[in-house]
Amino acid sequence: MMITLLECKKFYNDFFINFQSERVVINMGIFESIDLMQLLRCFVVGGLICVIGQVLIDKTKLTPARILVIFVTTGAILGGLGIYKYLVDFAGAGATVPLTGFGNNLAKGAIEGVKEYGIVGIFTGGVKNAAGGIAAAVFFGYIASLISKPKMKK
Amino acid sequence: MGSNPLDTKKDYQNYVDQKSPNSPILKNCFNAFWVGGLICSIGQIIMDICASKGLDTQISGTIVSIILIGISAFLTGLNIFNKIGKFAGAGSLVPITGFANSIVSPAMEYKSEGYVMGVGGKMFTVAGPVLVFGISASIIVGFIYLIFNTQTVPLV
Repeated sequence: MMITLLECKKFYNDFFINFQSERVVINMGIFESIDLMQLLRCFVVGGLICVIGQVLIDKTKLTPARILVIFVTTGAILGGLGIYKYLVDFAGAGATVPLTGFGNNLAKGAIEGVKEYGIVGIFTGGVKNAAGGIAAAVFFGYIASLISKPKMKK
Repeated sequence: MGSNPLDTKKDYQNYVDQKSPNSPILKNCFNAFWVGGLICSIGQIIMDICASKGLDTQISGTIVSIILIGISAFLTGLNIFNKIGKFAGAGSLVPITGFANSIVSPAMEYKSEGYVMGVGGKMFTVAGPVLVFGISASIIVGFIYLIFNTQTVPLV
């Protein structure tokens, strides 16, 4: 009986102390992990990529659909040439969140796929890398459309 | 009747140019810049938090995409995203939020055509071409890489 009580106390202490310290570490981690210079680079690069899109919208008669296609394809080409990864290293999410980053992700995946599986990797690598985004877009897109109220057309 | 500015095509064009405001491209670009930068910064903060939890860059990037896509899909469904889009232009279109928006917008409009062909089919009016060109480009990239790196690559 004594042993079990002691063990209980020890377990409780261990758990309590570990729990406390872990919480502190995580909280500190979240605040310290945000690098303000990185955030600034991300903001500027992400913003500039969007400005390119805005200039295309204003200066050409391209539809938004074509602009999205242009951005994804450009990202895939730059990713395939190995240029885009320097932008990702520099700007982080500023380069991965725009659709060029989606294209880069596809191309990067295809190259990794080839390295790992050879010819089959050409077809599996790209979509495997972008699977999370595509699946989320399909699923959330469908659910969001279901709960939406249709707009009234003029 | 030459006094009517709408008589000839050229006069009409001049009349339209006069009446319509100059395309405020600088203002549009400024709005696109800061909204686009802000969306990317939200992504960066999520990424930093993921990294602090010990996740690698690839999976952090995927988590960022999923969260941003989820948020913008539901904001589109609630008719909030198109207000942001009107203001920000490419600022909300070019980030991955625009991809989610491009899925939900047409699906919403064709909801009356049913849940399978209406919503399920029209979802891909814009996203379809994006996926076709993106995936095709990645396959071509992989193919070129395979050809030019055959020495280091196991052929099947």
